[in-house]
Amino acid sequence: MASWGEARDSRLIGKRVTRLSGAEKATGRAKYTFDINRPGMLYGRILRSPVAHATITSIDLSEAEALPGVKAAILLIEPGKRVRYEGQEIAAIAATTNDIAKDAIRLIRFDYDELDYVVDVESAKADGAPQIRDDWMGNQSEPRVDERGDIEAGFAEAAVEVEATYHAPVQTHVCLETHGNVAEWDGDNLTVWASTQAVFGTRQNLAQHFELPENQVRVISEHMGGGFGSKFGPGVEGIAVAKLARKAGAPVKLMLTRKAEHLVGGNRPSMTQQVRAGATQDGRFIAYDLSGYGTGGIGAGAGFTGPYVYHVPNYRTEKSAVAINAGSARAMRAPGHPQGAFAMDSLMDELAEKLGMDPLAFRRMNSDSDPRRNKIRQAEYTLGAQEIGWHRRNSVPGSGTGIKKRGIGMGCGLWGGGGGPGTQARVTIHSSGAVEAVTGTQDIGTGIRTVIAIIVAEELGLKPADITVKVGDTEPGLPSRGSGGSQTIGSVAPVIKTAAIAAKRKLFGHIAPLIEAEPMDLRAAGGRIYSAADLRLSVPWKEATGYLGMETISEGGEWDENLRVGDTAGVQFADVEVDTETGLVKVIKVVAIQDCGLVVNRLTTESQINGAVIMGLGYALLEERIMDGQTGKMLNANLEDYKVPGTMEIPEIVSIAYDTDRKITGIGEPPTIPTAGAVANAVYNAIGVRIRELPITPDKVLNALS
Amino acid sequence: MENFAYVNAADVEQASSLLSDDWSETKVIAGGTDLLGELKEYIETPKKVVNLKSIPGLDEIKADSSGLTIGALVTLADIAAHPTIQHHYTVLAEAAASVASPQIRNVGTLGGNLCQRPRCWYYRHPDIICLKKGGDTCYAIEGMNKYHAIFGGGPVYIVHPSDTAPALMALGATVKIVGPNGERTMPLADFFVLPDVNPQRENVLEPNEVLTEVHVPQPKAGTKSTYLKVRERGSFDFALVSVAANFEMNGGTCSKANVVLGGVAPIPWRSVEAEAALNGKHITAAVAKQAGEAAVANADPMTDNGYKVPLTRNVISRAAMSLA
Repeated sequence: MASWGEARDSRLIGKRVTRLSGAEKATGRAKYTFDINRPGMLYGRILRSPVAHATITSIDLSEAEALPGVKAAILLIEPGKRVRYEGQEIAAIAATTNDIAKDAIRLIRFDYDELDYVVDVESAKADGAPQIRDDWMGNQSEPRVDERGDIEAGFAEAAVEVEATYHAPVQTHVCLETHGNVAEWDGDNLTVWASTQAVFGTRQNLAQHFELPENQVRVISEHMGGGFGSKFGPGVEGIAVAKLARKAGAPVKLMLTRKAEHLVGGNRPSMTQQVRAGATQDGRFIAYDLSGYGTGGIGAGAGFTGPYVYHVPNYRTEKSAVAINAGSARAMRAPGHPQGAFAMDSLMDELAEKLGMDPLAFRRMNSDSDPRRNKIRQAEYTLGAQEIGWHRRNSVPGSGTGIKKRGIGMGCGLWGGGGGPGTQARVTIHSSGAVEAVTGTQDIGTGIRTVIAIIVAEELGLKPADITVKVGDTEPGLPSRGSGGSQTIGSVAPVIKTAAIAAKRKLFGHIAPLIEAEPMDLRAAGGRIYSAADLRLSVPWKEATGYLGMETISEGGEWDENLRVGDTAGVQFADVEVDTETGLVKVIKVVAIQDCGLVVNRLTTESQINGAVIMGLGYALLEERIMDGQTGKMLNANLEDYKVPGTMEIPEIVSIAYDTDRKITGIGEPPTIPTAGAVANAVYNAIGVRIRELPITPDKVLNALS
Repeated sequence: MENFAYVNAADVEQASSLLSDDWSETKVIAGGTDLLGELKEYIETPKKVVNLKSIPGLDEIKADSSGLTIGALVTLADIAAHPTIQHHYTVLAEAAASVASPQIRNVGTLGGNLCQRPRCWYYRHPDIICLKKGGDTCYAIEGMNKYHAIFGGGPVYIVHPSDTAPALMALGATVKIVGPNGERTMPLADFFVLPDVNPQRENVLEPNEVLTEVHVPQPKAGTKSTYLKVRERGSFDFALVSVAANFEMNGGTCSKANVVLGGVAPIPWRSVEAEAALNGKHITAAVAKQAGEAAVANADPMTDNGYKVPLTRNVISRAAMSLA
């Protein structure tokens, strides 16, 4: 059975290794989809609905088609159909320049009959609201009810109760690289350069749509600028660009505008929950009654977690989704968790205060029912409390003096991230000494390329830079899963590891007789192959591979579930300063401890934690989609009024990769979960007034204080 | 954006002659950081754009005993970095340094910063024709008005986005304007107009006039000034509320206070109430607090911007105390 061995034997695994593509990215040589330019390439644009709800009565492409430079125009909706949100696709154009395409879009004549719309959740729930989804009765989904224990008995046992309403807004993904593709046909063969989290999934969707066998569609994503869950398939724009390319007989690039990215590129649903909860005098979380909903726009899902992390024996939850005339939600970095965690950790603090307990002590008593995870979390509590200086917090919230008040709070999260089967990979050793590792996963920015190189280099006794890693292409025909659910590393690493072991064994078998050693005695380290039984039997790597002559070693691997593990726990602490005159919350420091399993590359693991915390800070303090009821439009579909953190907003972040296991876990998502709860609790600890609605902006703080 | 003719002006008179007397026909461009956004969103679709950057001599800062003269093409970065401005006209250097991001300050000009159009999200949305754009509704009244005016609103409730304008008004600046009938000079305070005078414009500039120069009189000895700007995102944001404070000080006593607010009204908003509360006073915490309270006594908040009332009050007090 394969194992990752002991830490003391690891030369590369767990160390800080700079990204293989770092220099390429820093110097601008890395080709993202945006950077792909093909000979004769055209530029695609999409005409989008300016209104939230309407029946399209006619679309006339002729004037646009007549514009010099326009090579193709297609409809994306048939007249007679309804558009149901601002930004929904109506038609698309391909032209010789981006500017001509933009002009052409404005020459498409279309008429529509505007229909009543609703863009806020409370109005959508009200009687008489316009019907938004044809497949629902009303605009609220049938609630999903979960029950456990005896909730009435639980409340009867409770010594204290809290009732509160928590709200989190719609957050959009804000991928730095917007969604988009370059499509090129060669006869009936389609090649698509895609900004995607799933090259094979995108290939399958395209093949189905165009009724082609999979091997006639190639999808390439060498580098991509962020997906966060929003980029799994070709999307409307991906199908459109391939149609345009076929119609025009030329390659076409179509990347979404920043505005479209906000409108249709996906979002995290909102959450509104009313909760009543109770705890016993001795600090047991005993009863939890939740009724809540969110909106995924025109999409159906708006789930959120709760109860969460903490064990409560008696609960009842009722959750539903509310449809509105706005772009659909998509998976977004730990779907459902950050909003649920913000509410849950706020509630835990509120219960602890009513009990007169330290909120950390209260959490310690009620953490995870899963014993393994609870053990990790308890250790993380201790470490985090030490790192942030938990004793410095105000024992009486808001009791600090001065205009700028400091406070400390904490939050928790949990996630899976163990990966699964379905990845194929090959490790190839050439007689020149060159080594290739190939698989059909994609590097969505998390650094899997470098991780693959580290694993192969560790096994073969080489340096990561000695390994050529090829990912992000369906062409070698080595499928892997989409990169979602923090599953990439857990799915890919075991296969790479076993492929590297197989290739190494084959090489050992080949050269052992030539150097008069036993294959089982051979070892690879420091760029040499030597016999552990007789250290004089030692050859440099290239000399060893030279013995292969005309032969090439190329071995596949197997997914081995013993090489990975899921179910992680994360804990974060925030230290904030609230300016009580301006309402500004300045985060001074975040301590983020993330249970990581085995860390392969400590540098990129910490980068993941840093990035996730920054995204969580945006959620806590800045980000919110603003919909206008009078016009049905999103008012801040830009990066001016949709505010993501900039350099000045980023505090000291202490990212601690808490490696508890010699098995691999993905952590792309979980470190963004606890941040908002930790910040909200820290703000409360600073000012003594609780803000139960994200983002915690100066208006909310000042209103709360006045 | 729509296609347009692009003309490099050789001098100010030529620039003026190239401009139409109809706002929709022509536009001037300098740094372009505001105009390009408007063109790209089809908020403005001029037939001709007249480049002012080709005019020599408008990018100079002159500081002498008569005061400070700044050409309209001087960049915000140059103002922020100018030692004399930092030392003697502190409020202006601080205001310029607080604008947007380093990239924008490197190209954005003083003239453009004073003449920029509002950031109101209804105004900036290409598919919304609001009152300011010639429609019949100011959507902020019934809509999302968190960032809108608490003073001077009606019939339009935008806030003036400039940082340098409140600073220059607090310094008693005058502006020089060149048009078809020659040159005119006026106090900056008279340059801006409220929407009840003209709902579609923020100042008195005619479509074929060019703002060419700003003059600031030399402050009296003992003058102290500062610019405090509160923004949601410190890295790059417009003001929720800002305060430009310029006090002539005599020991701890304020002999003349100039207090001009940004982010709260359709024009840079001089708070005569705050000034009155400070004039002739020894600045103490109580006096500073009084000034803040006096300033907001007549505030008229909307549904979502009530927070600007305590915010304005507090920031005025803070500014006053910082100059005490």
